[in-house]
Formats: sequence, C-alpha cells, structure tokens
Amino acid sequence: MDTPRLPIYLDHAATTPCDPRVVEAMLPYFTERFGNPGSRNHQFGWNAEEAVDLARERVAALLGANEKEVIFTSGSTESNNIAIRGAALMYEKAPMNAAPSGAGGRGHIITNTIEHKAVLDPCKRLQKEGFDVTFLDPGSDGIITAEMVRAAMRPDTILCTVMWANNEIGVINDIPGIGALCKERGVIFHTDATQWVGKMPTDVEAAGVDLLSLSAHKMYGPKGVGALYVRRRKPRVRLTPLVDGGGQERGFRSGTLNVTGIVGLGKAAEIARDQMESDGRRLLALRTRLESQVTSRLDSTQVNGHPHKRLPHLTNISFGFVEGESLMMACKEIACSSGSACTSASLEPSYVLKSIGVGDELAHSSLRLSLGRGTTDAEIEFTIEKIVTAVKKLRELSPLYDMHKEGIDLSKVEWAHH
Amino acid sequence: MAYGPKIIDHYENPRNVGSFGTQSEIKTRKDVGVGLVGAPECGDVMQLQIKVNDSTGVIEDARFKCFGCGSAIASSSLATEWLKGKSLDDAERIKNTQIVEELSLPPVKIHCSVLAEDAIHAAINDYRAKNGLSPAAPGSAAASIAPSR
Repeated sequence: MDTPRLPIYLDHAATTPCDPRVVEAMLPYFTERFGNPGSRNHQFGWNAEEAVDLARERVAALLGANEKEVIFTSGSTESNNIAIRGAALMYEKAPMNAAPSGAGGRGHIITNTIEHKAVLDPCKRLQKEGFDVTFLDPGSDGIITAEMVRAAMRPDTILCTVMWANNEIGVINDIPGIGALCKERGVIFHTDATQWVGKMPTDVEAAGVDLLSLSAHKMYGPKGVGALYVRRRKPRVRLTPLVDGGGQERGFRSGTLNVTGIVGLGKAAEIARDQMESDGRRLLALRTRLESQVTSRLDSTQVNGHPHKRLPHLTNISFGFVEGESLMMACKEIACSSGSACTSASLEPSYVLKSIGVGDELAHSSLRLSLGRGTTDAEIEFTIEKIVTAVKKLRELSPLYDMHKEGIDLSKVEWAHH
Repeated sequence: MAYGPKIIDHYENPRNVGSFGTQSEIKTRKDVGVGLVGAPECGDVMQLQIKVNDSTGVIEDARFKCFGCGSAIASSSLATEWLKGKSLDDAERIKNTQIVEELSLPPVKIHCSVLAEDAIHAAINDYRAKNGLSPAAPGSAAASIAPSR
C-alpha cells in the first residue's frame, strides 16, 4: 500500500475543504459580478440576484423544499439562533412583562443534552428569560426518540429542537417520528441538520420539519455561509427577527447578502445532491474497516453511540487507559479531534459522551475520526496502523493499564481528586 | 495545543518509564516509595516510584508511569530525572514552578506540574511511612488501592 500524503485530514465533522468546483463558481462574484442583489435597477444587481436565486433553488432542491423557504445566513450557529429565539419570541404564551425573568410561564421548549452549544446556549438564555426548557437525556445509544419527546410534551409546549445527527458521535435521531408528533401537537419543530445535510438524503416534507439549519462548510462549501429553512405552508412559520435593517430574506435576516458565499453554498448543494450516495457508500466501507480493525486488534476499546444508526463517515472510539490528547500527539500525522478535557477550551471532557453514559475516564480516552470525500483507502490503512501502534505505546506508559492487567478494579480505587 | 521542544522531547523519549514491581509487590518493598496521584475521571493519573538507599537516604533510582496529556507525561518524566541522586529532603524541595519553567508549560497545563509535585511528595511520604520515619508534610494527596479487588 502506498504511503499517503501526510498529514491526513480526518476531521471533516469540524470542517471540509472547499470543492474546487465551488471555488470556481464563486470567483466571478468577487470581481466582475460583484453587484448587490438588492440593487434592483441595474445589470450589476440583476446579475447578483440571478446567482442568489439559482443558489436558493439548489439548496431548496437538496432539502426537498420550495426556494421561497430558504433564508441565507452566516452559518448554522446563526440559523439556530434565528430559529430558536425567533420562534420562542413569536409563539410565546405570555409576554415578558407578564412573567418576571426566570419565573417560567412564557412557554415550554423541548430540546436535549447532546445538542451543539449553538442550540443549548440559545435555549439556556430563553430559560433565563422566563421560558421553561426540558433537556431530554438520550439513552446509552445516544438517540432521541419520538417517545421521549412525547413524554415531555405539555399543553404549553411551543417549540421542539432536536439535531438530525450528532456532531461528536454521529448518531441519527428519529426526526420523521418527532416531526409527525410535533405536527399532531401543533408544536414548531426545528432541527439542527449541520452534520446531516449534504451527506444524507433530506426531505423536509416527509420529515415534518418546520425549521432546519445548515452550514456550507460542512459540505465542501465555504465558511461563513449557511441557510435556514423556514416552512411556508402547513404551517406558515413566523419568526421574530433578531437583526433589524434592510428587510432582506423576507425580513428574517436583514443585511446585504453574502453573494460569493451563497453562490458557493449553492454549488456545494448541487454537488452534494449528485455525490452523497456514492460518497456515503464508500466512506461507510472505509469506516467499517477502521472500526473493526482497531477494536479487534486492541482490547478495552469501544465505539461510542448506536452501532449502526450513525452517519456513515464518522466514528467516535474510546481507547481505555489512554488519554486522548496524548493519543493525538502520538498520531500527529492524523488530524482528528478528541473528547478529552485537555483538548477543549473548557478543560471539561465531552458533555455528549457524558450524557450517553460513557464515563469521564473513557470520555478522556476518545477520538473522533470523520472521513470525507477525499479520504482514501491508503489513508485509512495508515490511520489503523498508526492508532494501533500509538495506543500500544501509550499503554506501556499507563499505570491504569498495568492495574487493569493486574486485575485491580479501577472503580474501587480511592482516587485523590484534584 | 502547540508544545515547546522540551515537552515534545520528554513525550517522545520518556525517561525512566516503568516500575519496581506490581502494585502488590511494591507494597511490601521497604526500599521503594510510591506516589499515585490524580484520577482517571480527571484525565490524568501519575505513578512515581523512588528506590531509596536506606543507609544514605539518597534516591538511587526512579520510575514513572502516566495516564495523561503530553504535559503530564513530560512533567513526570522530568521529575524522575531530577529525583535520581537527590536526598529525600532535597527531593522534597522540588517545586512545580521549576517544572513549569524547565518545560515551558503553557498556563492551562500548570496543573500537570502540580500533579508531579504531589506525586513526588506522595512517593517520599510512602517511603517514610514504610520505614517508620515521620512524614514531613501532612496530608498526602495519594490515592489508595482498596483491599477489595
């Protein structure tokens, strides 16, 4: 097997490279076609508007939506904020002045503990401002089911937000089931589909989604651009805008459109629609090989999350008795991420792994490897060998592995916490 | 995290890795002091062992094992280098700030040096306790292995 070019990028869940076809499509819009689509009275504006319209159609086609339902944003974080905060303020049960801050009573929101911070933090802010928020715990497989949501529903529930696929472990939630339930109860349903769209077939009609967030840079588009799908029929979803100004994007998101970015997103959406099936099939085979090799060649190793209801290109593996940051140092030719506290700004281990019952110790010992369109067989073979060697080397250094081999139950040791 | 060259060197070529026996063997060896500090849930556990010449009171050899990040591994590796040849009293005066300085540890990794200092004290205290010497510092931060397996 050929040695792949190093370093190897296995962090596609963090971001993806721009497809060259995307860059090519964007370039004219920096220079000769630089107009503002809001300029309605000259050729420069018309050229830009035409490009934005085409991008809107392409994104809509990727989602099974109407192009009028696509709002361009700066990315999923903004889309999530516009959707969650905008829907809560629009559909609240009692206005702010009737409910003192923090007292609840403005309406009930359902979400869960393994959402991205870009969903959790807007929900927490709403909670402080008088909304009641239920944070559902997934099971040990990491999945949020319609039954869990049903059990949390209340007469005053106004909004439910559940991610389509999780960014750390790749598990896929029952979005169609939750969508049908929300429809039946008249609850607005938002899904953060950042990791899902462009990788897996998406149909907002079949899934009963009212609001959906996506980012271009997770699907081989540029950074700094994304979209929010806002349903226009059955029901017509209204949102209180967070940014006021020129009234662009049906008033949901004022501000001059990022034309170059939007063109890039449109092109990325078109390519994704074409390639996702073949990419997905190929990456699933590579990921399966990676998982089966490392788990069979190393003891005390586990794949986190549901065994098969997961994105095909992502895996999260805990290597017992080895700390994640040092493992990444030992595999410095491989760019990936870890649930270890030492790799996070907060110095806390992954809250997602904690929520699904992976102990702190195994959370510190986890690697997230996410494959992408450019990942090759040779890269995966190299990665397998590298990880196996690195884990063995670090276990030679690990007092915990010694104790484990001696038969000492690590959970019975009285550790000195510091 | 981008580390300095000394951390990388200790991480890639750790000094004095190992132990002077299994956990149960070590318990009965009076010439060996063990410091086991940290916790798996916190993401770092250091085990430091010192072998002491009982007539001179000098540390003749030292070994470490570490579950932790690159800085934790480097800090404990460096500690073993510094311990060898020192008297117990001198070894006790090693400060975490010296480790920080030597390795150029970034601020978020200072706790790794604190853990190494704790491990040094715990190993010295363990040796002293085994040999009926009075511990210099009260309140060892070491973990204890429960008798039930």
